Amino acid sequence: MISRYRYRKFVEWANWTGMLLCIGVSLFFLVAILGYVLVNGASYIDWEFLTAMPVPAGETGGGIANALVGSFLVVLVASLIALPIGIGAAIFVNEFPSQGFGRTVRFLAEVLTGVPSIVVGLFAYALVVIPSGGFSALSGSVAYAFIMVPIILISAHEALRLVPDSLREASLALGIPKWRTIMGVVLPVSSRALITGAVLAISRALGEAAPMLFTAFGNSFWNVNLTKPVATVPLLIYTYATGPYEDWHRKAWAASFVLLVVVLFTSVLTRAFLRGKSNE
Amino acid sequence: MARDEVTVETLNRALAGVRSVSASRQVVNIGDRVFYLIVRFVALLIVLLAFLLVADLFRGAWEAIRQFGLKFLVGTTWDPVARQFSTLPTVIGTLVKGFIALLLAVPVSIGSAIFITFYTPRWLRPVISYPIELLAGIPSIIFGMWGLFAMVPVVRMIQIWLKAHFGWFFLFDGPAVYGVGVLSGSIILFIMITPIITAISKEILLTVPRSQFEGMLALGSTKWEAIWKVALPYARVGLFGAVILGLGRAVGETMAVTMVGGNSFDLIHSLFDPVHSMASQIASEFSEATYSLYVSSLIYVGLVLFGITILISLLAQFLIWRISKGKLALLD
Repeated sequence: MISRYRYRKFVEWANWTGMLLCIGVSLFFLVAILGYVLVNGASYIDWEFLTAMPVPAGETGGGIANALVGSFLVVLVASLIALPIGIGAAIFVNEFPSQGFGRTVRFLAEVLTGVPSIVVGLFAYALVVIPSGGFSALSGSVAYAFIMVPIILISAHEALRLVPDSLREASLALGIPKWRTIMGVVLPVSSRALITGAVLAISRALGEAAPMLFTAFGNSFWNVNLTKPVATVPLLIYTYATGPYEDWHRKAWAASFVLLVVVLFTSVLTRAFLRGKSNE
Repeated sequence: MARDEVTVETLNRALAGVRSVSASRQVVNIGDRVFYLIVRFVALLIVLLAFLLVADLFRGAWEAIRQFGLKFLVGTTWDPVARQFSTLPTVIGTLVKGFIALLLAVPVSIGSAIFITFYTPRWLRPVISYPIELLAGIPSIIFGMWGLFAMVPVVRMIQIWLKAHFGWFFLFDGPAVYGVGVLSGSIILFIMITPIITAISKEILLTVPRSQFEGMLALGSTKWEAIWKVALPYARVGLFGAVILGLGRAVGETMAVTMVGGNSFDLIHSLFDPVHSMASQIASEFSEATYSLYVSSLIYVGLVLFGITILISLLAQFLIWRISKGKLALLD
């Protein structure tokens, strides 16, 4: 009897250790990747790297200013496309009865989050690049928007769901029309969660390289024209990392560091934002 | 005022108020009507986009579909010079990498999820699960870089050692000791999907009724016995869904696999062979595709990839929905 009990205790202990190890594995890779990027990237970063234009291959020096601005531009336009669509559709799904159509939209959004980013790139290529006759920043924005819309829609839907019906009813009982109720009561009440979802979508898009391959395409020169190809940070990392020059690799590390800081910073901020809410 | 003091007079007054509101109803209706039409249009746009996605892929791939038909899926040649395209080796490469990644990721991620859910006090949970979520937030291109410069040299050393000592075993056979290949691709995918599966599994394990779990403990079981006999059977379907979702992510993953997967068109024979994924094939060849049948064939590959990921995703959604009754929002 005692030995049986010992055996059970042993199994318990063994599994506990094993599962702790599992967590250790994940944490190990996190530390390994962050550390590697930090060690290889941070040392290369200076004012010049962030503000100078790229130099021709093989020369040292120069920076990634055009890619930083390019990424910002493409993501900004993508947000302008994706936010109204995502939030608008979420409003429809949550606020208006529609005999299953709303549920279909929500379901489609969930399916669309699973579409591989490279396929999104192909889609934007067929939808924008071919008809417009060339690679452009705008086509990149369309690709990013396509990635962002379902994320925004789902998070916004979840946010709107949490708004208590009593608030809506109180507003309606005051004789306020439904659309004013939604814009003036429901959205402000859920604004925190809406912003969180939007930031989540933006930080996801910021790091995607695959959809840019045949949309925004990359550009070694300065460009803020939406109809021309533009450099973006993730794609620049890909080009530099797979290139033959040692200096390119260092620049790729430095650019990775910048990207990582921006992406993780936004997610940490979002997290803090959310926690602030749950404490209230 | 007490309830029974509601008189006919007060009722009438209330009715008058309602009438005066409905006098302005016309105005109200226009605003609401416009708003409704706008959000309805936007919602329709989502449906339209989904259809457009499928239609555009079919349109783009049409030339290749007409040329090769379904033989595209079972042939093994990818020869741009001879204008012969088919995609079996890359489909196999993709699935093999995905499954090996799952083989590694399932125990690690479900183990982590169980530990977080059942062995960690509530206040400590975020401290452990947050770093893992952070890992999920790292862009795939950075996984690719890290894989290429930090992981591949290590994998290469392991390969050389394995080949020297166990070269007779077919999995460790073959000419390749490049470092990049099936093994490296699988490992990087394993690292990438582990946090995703962990996060969803954690949510699913939290749906296990506490009373059942505690009832088992009250009967004198150890925690592990309660997990093994109560929690896991209860959450089985949902956990399976989480794993399938991870597989979907692994199959569709592009940049990291492009950088460490080795990118060859040949059928794989061993763990060390370099091979394309469908996604990496599109990524690395699209800009080199010089004639329309070539482009079309690549889009055909994209269509196949899309089909596979959609099937996987639908299955995962269904399984997770079944256990959470729609309460779980899936955002990785």
